[in-house]
Amino acid sequence: MTATLAKYLKVFNVGAQNTFVYRWNFILRSVFGIVPLIGTIYLWRAMFGADPGRQLSGYTYSQLILYFAMSIFVENLVTPTDDEWQIAGEIRDGKMSFLLLKPVNYLAYRFTLYASYRLLYTAVLLPGIALIFFVLREHITLPAHGMTWLAFAASTGLAALIQFFIAYALAMLAFWILEISTVVFIVFSIEYFLSGLVFPLDMLPPWLAAFVKWTPFPYELYFPVQVFMERVGGRDLAIGLAIQAGWVVVMWLLAVGLWRLGLRRYQAVGG
Amino acid sequence: MKRYLAIYRLTARNSLIREMNFKLNFLLWMVVELLWFLGQLAFIEVLYGQVDEIAGWSKWQVVTLVGVHQIVSQLFQAFFYVNLAALPELVRTGRLDLMLTLPVDAQFAVSTRQVSFDSLVNSLVGVGIVTFAMMKLGTVPGPMQLALFAVAVPFGVAVHYAVMFGLSCMSFWFIRAQSFIHGYFNLFHIGRYPEAVFGGVFRFIFTWLIPIILVSNVPAKVLARPFESPFAGLATLATATVLVLVATRALWLLGLRRYGSASS
Repeated sequence: MTATLAKYLKVFNVGAQNTFVYRWNFILRSVFGIVPLIGTIYLWRAMFGADPGRQLSGYTYSQLILYFAMSIFVENLVTPTDDEWQIAGEIRDGKMSFLLLKPVNYLAYRFTLYASYRLLYTAVLLPGIALIFFVLREHITLPAHGMTWLAFAASTGLAALIQFFIAYALAMLAFWILEISTVVFIVFSIEYFLSGLVFPLDMLPPWLAAFVKWTPFPYELYFPVQVFMERVGGRDLAIGLAIQAGWVVVMWLLAVGLWRLGLRRYQAVGG
Repeated sequence: MKRYLAIYRLTARNSLIREMNFKLNFLLWMVVELLWFLGQLAFIEVLYGQVDEIAGWSKWQVVTLVGVHQIVSQLFQAFFYVNLAALPELVRTGRLDLMLTLPVDAQFAVSTRQVSFDSLVNSLVGVGIVTFAMMKLGTVPGPMQLALFAVAVPFGVAVHYAVMFGLSCMSFWFIRAQSFIHGYFNLFHIGRYPEAVFGGVFRFIFTWLIPIILVSNVPAKVLARPFESPFAGLATLATATVLVLVATRALWLLGLRRYGSASS
C-alpha cells in the first residue's frame, strides 16, 4: 500500500515539474483567458442597463458577476487542458507499449498526472485569480454556511472526476481512429454551452433546463458554482450530488470499458 | 503582383485536392463549426429571453452581428488561420529556413501555404444567417450599404490576420507559443458583442491597440443599423487596420533577426 502510494507520488511529482516548466505558458493562457470575462461583464452590465437593481432569472447584477468569476475559478481547477491529446498521442505513437510494461495502472497514472497538473496550475494562477476577485470584491459574497464549503469541495471534486473520465474516454478513441480532434471538439462545443460557462443554465427555458439537468454537462461546472452560491440546498443539493456521483460512475465505466476494448486492438506502430 | 497571384492559385488548388482526400474529416469539421454557431444563436435567444434590448441593440441586430462575425472570421480562417497557426512549429523546428529561401516575400510565403475550403463553406452559413436576420429586421440593404459592407469586411479579415500573425510571431521569443494561439480565440470572442456595451479603458485598448471590437461591429452596423452614419466607424477601422498591420510587420522583421534556425 505504502509502496503504491510512493509510486504515484513520484508520478505526481513528475507531473508537477512538467507543469512548472511550462508555467509561462499557463500564465499567458490565463491572461488571455481574462478577455472573455471582461467581455462578459460588460455585456451583462449592458443587459441590466439603466436599472442595475433588478433581477434577471433570480440573479442580481452582483450575483451574475460572482457566477462568472466562480465559473472561471472552477473551470481552471477541473478542466483538463492537454490530457486527452497527450493520451491519444501516446496511443497513436506506440508509446503505450513502454507504459504498459511499467508496474502502474494506466488510468491511475494518468489521473495522478491530471491531478498534479490541475493543482499546480491553479497554484500558479492563484495570484491572478485573487486579483480578479479583489477587483470584483464589491460583487463577491462568500457562503453563509460552513457546510456549503464542504458541499462545494465535494461537488468540485466530483466535477473533476467527470471531466477527467470524459477526456480519458475520448482519448481512447485513438485506438480506432487516427485523428480524434473532430470528435473532441464536437463534445467540447456541447460542454461549452451546457456546462454553464456562457450563461447560467437556469436561464434556459424550463423544459430545456429540466432535460439538461439529467445530462452530465451541468455537473462539470454549473452545479458546483450553484452550490457555492447557495442557490441549491437541502433536498435538491442531495439529489444533485447523487446525479453527479452517478455520472462519475457512468463515465468511469465508459473510460475503463473503452480502454479494455482498445487494448485488444492495440498494435504498437513503430513502437 | 501577378506572380504572387499565380503562386496563390496553385496553393489553393493543392489545398482543395488535399481536403477532398479526407472527406469525412472535412464534413466533421463543418459539424463542429455548425454546433458552435448554433450555440451562439441559442445564447442570443437566452439573452433576449431576459431583456428586449442590449445597449440599444435589438435581437435581430445582434443576430446580424454574430452572422457578420461568422463571415469575417471564417474568411480569415479559410485563407490564413492554418498557416499562421503553423508558424510557431516552423520556427521551432527550423523549417522556416525553407520559406526564407523562396524567391517571394517570406511573410507572404508563410501566410499563404494552404486554403481551408470548409471555412469558406462556413462563411456562407454566416451569409445565410445575415440574410435571414435582415429579413426579420425588414430592411433591404441598398447598393451603397452593400458597397460599404464589401469594403469593411476585408478590413476585418486584415485585423484578424494581423492579430493572429502578431501572436504567432511570439514564437521567435518563446519556444512554446501554443498559448498565444489560444489567445487569438479568447480575444476575438468579444468581437461578437455590440461595441456599445464596452466602455472605459478596455474600449480604448480594444479599439486602438488590439482593434477587435470594430472588426464585426463596423460591417454589421452598415447592414443592421442603417440609421447610424457608418463613416466614423469605417475610418477608425481602416486606420486601426493599417496600424496593426504595420506594427506586426515590424514585429515579424524583428523576429526574423532573432531567428537563428534550429539545426544548422
